[in-house]
Order: sequence, then C-alpha cells, then structure tokens
Amino acid sequence: MSDPVVVKPPGGTGDAGAPRGASAHTPVPPPEAPIPPQTEVEPKSPHVRPGDRIFKGLATGSGIFIVVLIGAIGIFLLVQAIPSLALDNVNFLFSREWSTGDVSNMRYGILDLFLVTVVSAAFALIIAMPVAMGIALFLTQYAPRRLARPFAYVIDLLAAVPSIIFGLWGLFVLGPVLTPFGEWLTSTLGFIPLFAKGNVSIALGGTIFTAGIVLAVMILPIITAVSREVFDRTPPTHIEGAIALGATKWEVVRTTVLPFGKAGYVSASMLGLGRALGETIALTIILSATGSNFGWSLFDGGATFASKIALAAPEFNDPKSAGAYIAAGLVLFVLTFLVNAAARSIVAGRKEYE
Amino acid sequence: MKIQRHGATLGLIAAGALLLTACGSDNNAPAGSTGGASSAAASTEQVDCTGKAKLSAEGSSAQKTAIESFVQVYQQKCKGADLAYNPSGSGAGVKQFNAAQVDFGGSDSPLSKDKGETDAAATRCKSNPAWNIPLVFGPVAIGYKLDGVKDLTVSGEVAAKIFNGGIKKWNDPAIKALNGSATLPDKDITVVYRSDESGTTDNFQKYLTAASKGAWTQGDGKAFKGGLGEGKEKSAGVAQAVASVDGAVTYVEWSFAQDNKLSVAKIDNGAGAVELTPETVGKAIDGAKIKGEGNDLVLDLNSIYASTAAGTYPLVLATYEIVCSKGYDADTAKAVKAFLTVAATDGQAGLSAAGYSPLPKAFQDKILTAIKAIA
Repeated sequence: MSDPVVVKPPGGTGDAGAPRGASAHTPVPPPEAPIPPQTEVEPKSPHVRPGDRIFKGLATGSGIFIVVLIGAIGIFLLVQAIPSLALDNVNFLFSREWSTGDVSNMRYGILDLFLVTVVSAAFALIIAMPVAMGIALFLTQYAPRRLARPFAYVIDLLAAVPSIIFGLWGLFVLGPVLTPFGEWLTSTLGFIPLFAKGNVSIALGGTIFTAGIVLAVMILPIITAVSREVFDRTPPTHIEGAIALGATKWEVVRTTVLPFGKAGYVSASMLGLGRALGETIALTIILSATGSNFGWSLFDGGATFASKIALAAPEFNDPKSAGAYIAAGLVLFVLTFLVNAAARSIVAGRKEYE
Repeated sequence: MKIQRHGATLGLIAAGALLLTACGSDNNAPAGSTGGASSAAASTEQVDCTGKAKLSAEGSSAQKTAIESFVQVYQQKCKGADLAYNPSGSGAGVKQFNAAQVDFGGSDSPLSKDKGETDAAATRCKSNPAWNIPLVFGPVAIGYKLDGVKDLTVSGEVAAKIFNGGIKKWNDPAIKALNGSATLPDKDITVVYRSDESGTTDNFQKYLTAASKGAWTQGDGKAFKGGLGEGKEKSAGVAQAVASVDGAVTYVEWSFAQDNKLSVAKIDNGAGAVELTPETVGKAIDGAKIKGEGNDLVLDLNSIYASTAAGTYPLVLATYEIVCSKGYDADTAKAVKAFLTVAATDGQAGLSAAGYSPLPKAFQDKILTAIKAIA
C-alpha cells in the first residue's frame, strides 16, 4: 500500500491556510470540503457480467448432473432388484446358495459373494499399500530428479494396461508360476485357516491368492500416483527444519513427510480399494467358479459381485432372474459408497499440518 | 510443462501408435480338417443379392466360428454384402431380436413359450410367428487330459457319474469295464465346467438326463448343476484349463478340444464305442425328430441324445437361427433369405474344418424349404 506522497507546507501540518504564529484574533475555522447532498438512491446490485453467469450456471449444472446421475443409477438398481428380491426364497443377505435358473423357485444369497469380494480386495490392498508407499517415497525423496520422472511415467503406464490383459496374464503366466509356492504354503502353513487347502485346485491358478496379486498390481499405480503428489507437497520448510536438527533421511521422512501425507495416502488407498472391489473382467477370467462355500482360505475360488454378474449377463432372458444379479450389483454399489464415505471421514478428521 | 519440449516426444508416440495399429493378424479359422466327407451336397444356388447390404445378428457364441465362415462365403457370393454377428450369448440374442434391434437371432435353445419369448417374437414379426431354424450343429466333445491314455470310452451313465461325483478316480471299475485294454492311473478326476451361463452346459446336461439311465438327477439348465469341480470362463477357458492339468476332464465344443490338443472320449450309447467324426455326427443328426410344426423346425433333442442307433455320436448341440416368417420389410427379407440360403448350401463346405458338422441332405432340404418361405 503506497500512500500518495503529500507535500506538506514547511512548518505546518493539517491546517490549511492558517500560518503559525497567528495573530491573536479568533481562529478562522478551516474551510470544509463540501458534502454532496444525500441522494436517496437504492444501493445498486453488483453488475454481473454474462460470462460469470454462464460459467456459474455450467458449474452448478455439472455438479447437479453428477448427483442426479448417481441417484438415477441407484434408483434403476432398486427398481430392477425389488421384484426379484420379493421372489427370493431364502435370506438375501446371509444365504450361500445361488440358483436363479428356475424363476418360480429362486434361492439366492450374497454372503459368499460378499466374502470373496471383500477378502480379495483386502488381500490386494495389504500387498499394494506398502509397495505403493515405498515407490512414492522413493520417487519423491530418494531418487535423483532425472530418474524420478521417467520412472513415474512407467508406473503410470501400468494404469493404462487394460484389465483383460491383466486377467490373461494372471491366468496364463502368474498362475503357473505361483503354483509351487501356493502348494508349499498350503502344506507348511495349512493349519492357519487363511492358508488352508481351498475348494479349488491350485494347479489351475484360479484362487483368490492369484487374483489378489493381480488386483494388487492393478491398483498399485493409482495409489502410487496420488501418494506421490501428496508426498511432494510436504512443505520444504518442515523438511529443511528436520535436516537442520540433524535428522537422517529416514528420520526426516518419518517425522515430516509421512505425518503430512498420511491423510492423502489413506485416501489414495481407498481409491485403490474402490477399484479392487469393482474389478470385473480380470477376476471373471482368473477366478475358478466353485459350488462349495467360501472357507476363509486364500486358496479358495468363487466369484465376486462383479464377476458373478459378468458371467451371467449374456444369458439374461428373464427380468426376474436378471433382477437377482442386479440386486447383487446394488449391494456392491452400497458397499463402495460406504467404503468411500469411511475414507472421507478419515481424511476429514485430519488437519493438514499435524 | 512446455509443450514444445514434449512436442517431439508426443509426436513420436502418436506416430508410433498409429504405426502399430496396422499390425495385427486376422482371426484364421482353425486348420485341421478331419477329412470330413459331408453328406450334404454343397450346391451353388442362385441367391438374390438385391436385399439390404448390411445385416445384423446377435446371439449364441457356440456358433460364432460357423457364422464367420458363412459370412466369408456370403461376401464372395454377394459383392458388398455383409453380416455383423455379435456373439454375446443366446439370451442377449433373443432379447435383441424381440426388440427388433437385429435382423435375426442365434440361440442354443428354441424360443420359450413359458418365458414369453414366442409372444414377444410374434409381436416383433408384426403378428406373424417366428421360426426356429437349426442351421449349425456342433458336436460337444468330452475332452480330457490323462497321461498315457489316448483312447478312452465312456457311456452316458459313466459320464454322468464322472460329472456329478459318483466316480472320483480314473481307475474306477466302471471306467475300467468300458476300457479293457487301457492302463488307467490311480488319479483323482478333476472336473472343469463352464462358470458362465452357457447353452453348451444346458445341452450337455440335457444329454446326461436323457442318456444316463437315471444316473444324472441334477437336472439341466444353463448353469452347471453337478455340484463339484471348478468353473472356468467360456469354452476357451475350460479347454485351456484341461490342457494344463493332468487328470482333468470337461465338456466343450469340438473345435476348442482340437485347438488345445485335448483327447476326446468315445461315447458308447449301447451299440459300441463311437468316435467323434463328422460322419458319426451326421448320422446322429439324421435321426433327429422335429417337434415343431410346419416350417418351425424345433428339434426333439431327446431323439438324438437317447438314441441307441449304431455308429452315431449323440452329444450334439444345435443352434437355431430365429427368423420372422413374415413381417420383415422387403429388403431385409431378401437379404436374410440370401444369407441363410448361402449358409445352408455353399457355406457348409467350410464347417468341418471349423469343428462343426455339415447338414445331412434330408435336413438341408427341410431347412431350404423353410428359408424359401420367409416373406
């Protein structure tokens, strides 16, 4: 803020005109600036230019459109699912059967689908989260700048690979490679339910173990990309302060980068989890279907919500049996919604500089 | 980011991507004709190519390769004509046909009255009935991989027990009884089935119900009801799975068994072991009874499955083309008739190489009559 330079008459301030050492006659009141007459006018509303109005309209419209779209999808799922839910002969949420062939006697429940979906996504997340954090820290803190950029491009390239390619790779390449490891795991650690012999053969590569690893590779670029951005934004002053206090590289990371980036890292992981929950084509190709129940083993097969629908969709010939699958899709919709809401609440609870 | 700095790289990537899109191989039909002497005379009929140039059809994936070979012949016969076939599944095909989105549909099972499909189709055909014309017959092979055993015979009953858990090992006495000379290993049978809903599963289960003398009680349907085994997606998935595991067995279209070098079991329907060849399949189709009326050629499949005639391979899948008897506009009707006529005559020559069975003569005549009657 620069005040206009006011040149004051030497020896005097403020009083316009009256010289110092005035004569003893009565001081003349300084002339006043004339006050314009108060005109009774309404304060004018700020002039809105047409460009502002259009842009505001577009932005608001887009926001409303998205909300309406999500609502419409939800309503579509409900409307298609409710008639079929009414025809279900067993408890939809807790039954493990699934037979929708005979429309007059439909018995279907999503418990197995739910467990397989959640376990495979959680397994993928457990593998992907530490690896993604490691890559993001490496790219932002440890790698020289010249190496970091092409490396980041390569990681992002992983996200561009179509899911069907991952499915085929998982089934034909990864499955056979993991077979000896899987068999060793079930034979030595088989007493732990998680590694017990599953209800599908390991040799065919259709286990949640293989599928989970493929999912982990698929969600890795998402988590890495967002975490990388977040770790990059650590205030340099914090890092420099830590270095000035004599911290080693790891201590700098542990005390400044990680606490700052924790919220962003968690939200990145939730993004990845959302992808893993909804992944369709890769799991349709890899997971072996089975008639047995899910036994809490990583070496079981089965189907997730998305892959179950994908396997049956081409042969939908009756809205009532199709509605059963759409009901399963509705559960997945709600599940993803809840997971994202949980992620948002975790992120919102944190302040940036803590 | 300065655009100029990355402009050269972006330009190179774009040019490279365009270059690479030119690389690609056409989907060639699998080679390996088994010397199929078809019993149908492939005549070169004159067809009327003046109808609609671009036809569309949708439906069963089991006949996808057959339709592709038909289209190649059709394009040679009628210059500029084409058919776009979307193998999205029988259910989708029927739905799209009834919604008038495609010109005809392909389905592994005929239109069902109970599900309202016949009525919906009649509405689409402007109050005229829709006809089911069985054009493509594909044998279903019981493909297996068992080291040291290249020649296996099963009966309907043994097959049913294998697929529903009654027989668990390869050296079970029931299998031994049919295979006197083979040395069967003491190995568990790994059953592989179609995890996706499929007309092949439906027809296989119908066969087991008809031919197993009561051993198969699980019923039929598009989902496998055997209660054991592992499901893999699509014919390609099951065939590849069996090829990779010793002791696995599955039911799959013959072309896939050939492609993956699976051993194909002979079927003994009571009159001796019969190998899967185009002749034996042709004999089985010859014996099929038609339960539809007039030109609606719905087959009574039990007459094929339960037949005990000698030298017939009973496990055959029939795919129907669902067409309107009347109700097409003039151009569409001409084009549909032209395509189906070509498919039923000249198109039959390429079917054996693709793993399907050509139409026997008697059948071909019935089908041509129905096609000619489309208005």
